[in-house]
Amino acid sequence: MVRLAIVGLGKMGLSHLSIIKVHPDVDLVGVCDTSRYLLDMIGKYTGAPVFSDFDSMLRTAKPQALIVATPSRFHESIVRTALQHDVHVFCEKPFCLSWTDSNALAALAESKGLVNQVGYHYRFVATFQEMKRLLDVKAIGTVSHVLAEAYGPVVLRPKGMTWRSQREEGGGCLYDYAAHPVNLLNWFFGMPGSVGGTVIDSIFSKETDDEVYGTVRFVNGPSAQLSVNWSDESYRKMTVKISAWGSAGRIVADRQECQVYLRGDANQLSGYKKGWNVRYTTELTKPVWFYLRGEEYSAQLDYFVESIASANRANVNSFAFAAQTDHVLSMMRDDANSTHTNAGSARSSKKAVDRH
Amino acid sequence: MDKLLFGDNQFFGINHMSEEKARAQAMRFQDLKAVIDVLDIAYEEGIRTFMCTTHNRVEAICDHVRANQSRYPDYQFYPCMPYAHKYADTATEVGVIGLIKRFTPQDGIISAAIRGGMSFATKDIEGITTLLIDSEMKMFHGLKTPVIFLQNVVVDLLLGLGMKQAFKIFADHVRSRYNAEPGWITMNMPMLLDVLDEIGIENPIVCSNINKIGFRMCGGVEAYGRALRDRKFRAVAMSVFASGAIPADEAVSWVCEQPNIESIVFGASSRSHIRNTKELVDAKWHPALDRL
Repeated sequence: MVRLAIVGLGKMGLSHLSIIKVHPDVDLVGVCDTSRYLLDMIGKYTGAPVFSDFDSMLRTAKPQALIVATPSRFHESIVRTALQHDVHVFCEKPFCLSWTDSNALAALAESKGLVNQVGYHYRFVATFQEMKRLLDVKAIGTVSHVLAEAYGPVVLRPKGMTWRSQREEGGGCLYDYAAHPVNLLNWFFGMPGSVGGTVIDSIFSKETDDEVYGTVRFVNGPSAQLSVNWSDESYRKMTVKISAWGSAGRIVADRQECQVYLRGDANQLSGYKKGWNVRYTTELTKPVWFYLRGEEYSAQLDYFVESIASANRANVNSFAFAAQTDHVLSMMRDDANSTHTNAGSARSSKKAVDRH
Repeated sequence: MDKLLFGDNQFFGINHMSEEKARAQAMRFQDLKAVIDVLDIAYEEGIRTFMCTTHNRVEAICDHVRANQSRYPDYQFYPCMPYAHKYADTATEVGVIGLIKRFTPQDGIISAAIRGGMSFATKDIEGITTLLIDSEMKMFHGLKTPVIFLQNVVVDLLLGLGMKQAFKIFADHVRSRYNAEPGWITMNMPMLLDVLDEIGIENPIVCSNINKIGFRMCGGVEAYGRALRDRKFRAVAMSVFASGAIPADEAVSWVCEQPNIESIVFGASSRSHIRNTKELVDAKWHPALDRL
């Protein structure tokens, strides 16, 4: 049994808590949050041991593992403290607001041989796993270009009341939404060499960004375009889609299906033929012991727990890997803040946002 | 409950197998008329129960049925609440506490408790829960709602957290305020049955995925089979076609072979699909299962 604690009871925290509480190999030893209201409710109705102070929880409950689901600006200090107490850590994304912090924590976790994982759940989605597999065996030949998209209906009006609407606190489209497709690009192609033409703008938000567009270039690899907008009401919920163009075909994958167009004879690829092929989540996704919102949420926590229990240090979604994503986001932020080339004579920086 | 219940996923761009299919459906059913036309077709085929979420657009459907009571004398709704995305997006925007504040009255005990950061008694949980239920049920006033379901995102969240009391509060309020049977939608049927047993909810109505390929049947096909065989509950089967992954004939044959299934909820958007499903179910429904 793995003795596990959780800190942070927001939307993700509650979801993780629900999933982990019924994991057969987990003994829940502590739940921590700054909100007395939520803590009392959880304590009273679930029987879980609650703590309003994080350090006190580490001292008293002595967990072997910790799930961190606090606002992003607290990730660095909480994860550091946990690692110093020799606790394995699962941390929500984005990992740290400064990628050098991310790297430092990755090194610390590595030096102590601790399991470390970041909540990039799309790596546990079967359709993207299939896309990765196909790319690795060069099913579509040499990939020349990739389009990484994420859209959703998160911010549809000018309201901003929580940490999510504050850029410095890790809020905004870049950290919250764009991190996911960027992470998938990292997974498929590694760390890019450069970024360019980055646009990070507000649409409705007062204090932070709602859309992110830009070019990402991989050395000896494809070019990629990122297109992210969380102010799109036409999407019922967050939708991530990755398209890859290769010399031998094209792959388009989202959470439900993986569509593959193959030009030549696909005789090396079992189950695939020339032309269009589609694989659906119904056939690709492995069942989980408990389902809440998606198999991937359970699968990623199961991976974390089983890694600890079996002393497996493969660390899919490790801190080091997440640090790559943090680094790319930082590069994009810097690129967006730099000046552009205008058709006219005057130089200008970010375009003014039109407020209605 | 009727053998066949009509679902609403196709009207709101929901297809768990394919986003592309989902979008095509969303486009097709943007107009209320397109939705009503399909509901009318289902009604003509003898399907008089609409098992729907509390999506904002359902309100227009309710208005239509209310305004045309003589056309739909025996029509009934099985509301499934809450429509999760409404709340999830709000939580992202204003936080979990902000969410609770938005859906509860501005004054009163709850607001004070949050502001004061004090702990509070059971009554307030009941208060919030019953307020949310009533808010979700507003659109169905004047319509028949003999069964009221709690949606799987909420059921399974509470199930994992172990907040069993919330199920009792839901059941009690649905019975007392709406004179209806409570129902539960879940992806984790065997686990839910254990908890409902524990809190003394007898012979519950439980809607869960029941299909040949075991798609989203947490616990496994065998555990579901055992539960259907051995436990006392009223099963509603959903996702019998696994969102289109199983051919209709095969899907219906398999489901009808399972013991103790009282109803099947399905979605379709054409007369031929609706009629085909009805004919398949009529043909393959095992006489021994028919308790009506």
